[in-house]
Amino acid sequence: MFIDSFSKFYSLQVRRGEKQNRTLKFSLEVASIIAGLSLTVAVWALAAKLGGYPVFILPDPLTVWQELVKAASGGLLWYHAQATLVEIMGGLALGLTAATTAGYFLAKSPLLERLAGPYIVASQSIPAIAIAPLLIIWFGSGKLSKVIICALVVFFPVLVNTIVGIRSVDDGLQTLMRSLRASRWQTFTMLEVPAALPVLLGGLKIGVTLSVIGAVVGEFVGADRGLGYLINLSKGLFNTPLMFAALITLAAISLALYLLVSGLERRLLAWRE
Amino acid sequence: MSDFILQAVAVSKTYYSAAGELEAVADINLTVCPGEFLCIVGPSGCGKTTLLQLLAGLLPPTRGEVRLAGVPLTEPHPDIAVVFQKPHLMPWRTVRQNVLLPLQVAGLPTDEADRRAAEALSLVRLADFADVYPKSLSGGMEQRVAVARALAQHPRLLLLDEPFGALDALTRERLNRRLLHIWQTRRLTAVMVTHNIREAVYLADRVLVLSPRPATVSAEFSIDLPRPRPDGIEYSEAFGRLAYEIRQAIRE
Repeated sequence: MFIDSFSKFYSLQVRRGEKQNRTLKFSLEVASIIAGLSLTVAVWALAAKLGGYPVFILPDPLTVWQELVKAASGGLLWYHAQATLVEIMGGLALGLTAATTAGYFLAKSPLLERLAGPYIVASQSIPAIAIAPLLIIWFGSGKLSKVIICALVVFFPVLVNTIVGIRSVDDGLQTLMRSLRASRWQTFTMLEVPAALPVLLGGLKIGVTLSVIGAVVGEFVGADRGLGYLINLSKGLFNTPLMFAALITLAAISLALYLLVSGLERRLLAWRE
Repeated sequence: MSDFILQAVAVSKTYYSAAGELEAVADINLTVCPGEFLCIVGPSGCGKTTLLQLLAGLLPPTRGEVRLAGVPLTEPHPDIAVVFQKPHLMPWRTVRQNVLLPLQVAGLPTDEADRRAAEALSLVRLADFADVYPKSLSGGMEQRVAVARALAQHPRLLLLDEPFGALDALTRERLNRRLLHIWQTRRLTAVMVTHNIREAVYLADRVLVLSPRPATVSAEFSIDLPRPRPDGIEYSEAFGRLAYEIRQAIRE
């Protein structure tokens, strides 16, 4: 499942000839994920044991697991994860809305694209972390500044994919809709949205992964809550196992979001199977 | 009022682009009577598709006027359905949903739309394929869906832009026979552009010949062959003579 999703992610479409038995395929996927995970943990445990590093350099998997359980049961992890999740959701909502709306109009108007295009591209040469301090000065060290940083990071890939998606709508189908005297709104909902959906969902996959990065970048620069803040805090406390616990939680959030979009994609694009 | 369902009066179309002007259609006059099957033939690239788009109200003429039942046509009209050169099916809609598209756009009640779609699909003999996606259809089947989509609109006038041009000869023959049958039972008016002379003779009551670009009507033929067309008429002497005369009239 995972490798498959990633190859789709990089648009290396793996075309499967025949439909295999679904349950068999699923159990194989689960088995391969468990196998891969076990191997990673085993290598990690071995390295920690043989290297003989102090715990604050490389804690072994068991120590990290214990720390993770402690932080989770004590509510510490949830307290910080909650803040990060709220920032991610807010950032995604804002970023996706802005990017798809702007993308639609840029795709429809070459003049607008010529006017705004250079600025949009230039803005991408500035790393998010470089403008984060400014945004924190403007919007405070609370959640709002992180939501905005997150939205900025999400904006560009979704914008580009929206433009590509809308531009790829078949001219013949546009003529067909015109011959049927479809209104603009009907053309939008019945033709442009479904036609652009495959490319749009590709952008969304990149966007959700980047949204996690955006939130953490914001929290690093100035925050009193969130998983990025927790990582910074555990660094100060030399509590490397806690840092690992926070990192694992972040990875889990990214993965969950990614799989959510993959699932959505499989549902919405079932007609391609 | 006018006795003609469709009329083109001194219609011209010029395209302007960076490369210069291109006159695609020049001063075309034509009339279509209700219930008639009119075919327009001409060499490829002569502006046939442009002419059909003008007749469909999809393109505004540079000069002249297209009239539907005497009324100037400035935009697509609900009485006109178009079948394009390519099927133009939406890959994310099933066959049935593709046929339903024009009815949904027109805002028909669901049960009426479903009834019409089912009827149109059975007319093109695709009822068994209603729930598959276009991906798994052959080229001939795709065009039959496009025809069904046009028929479901219950048009008075059917405009066909060489719809079977990309298909093999046998499939084309079969679909043309089916099309004639539908045209006759539904009492439709049809206008088809094509570069295939034998197809035009087989289908039409009247054939117009277009000149090379800019397209203008250079000859007109009445096709006095029996209706419904008997089997094997394509191989009769009268058919061959008509096809030959039309071929002679086409300058390339």
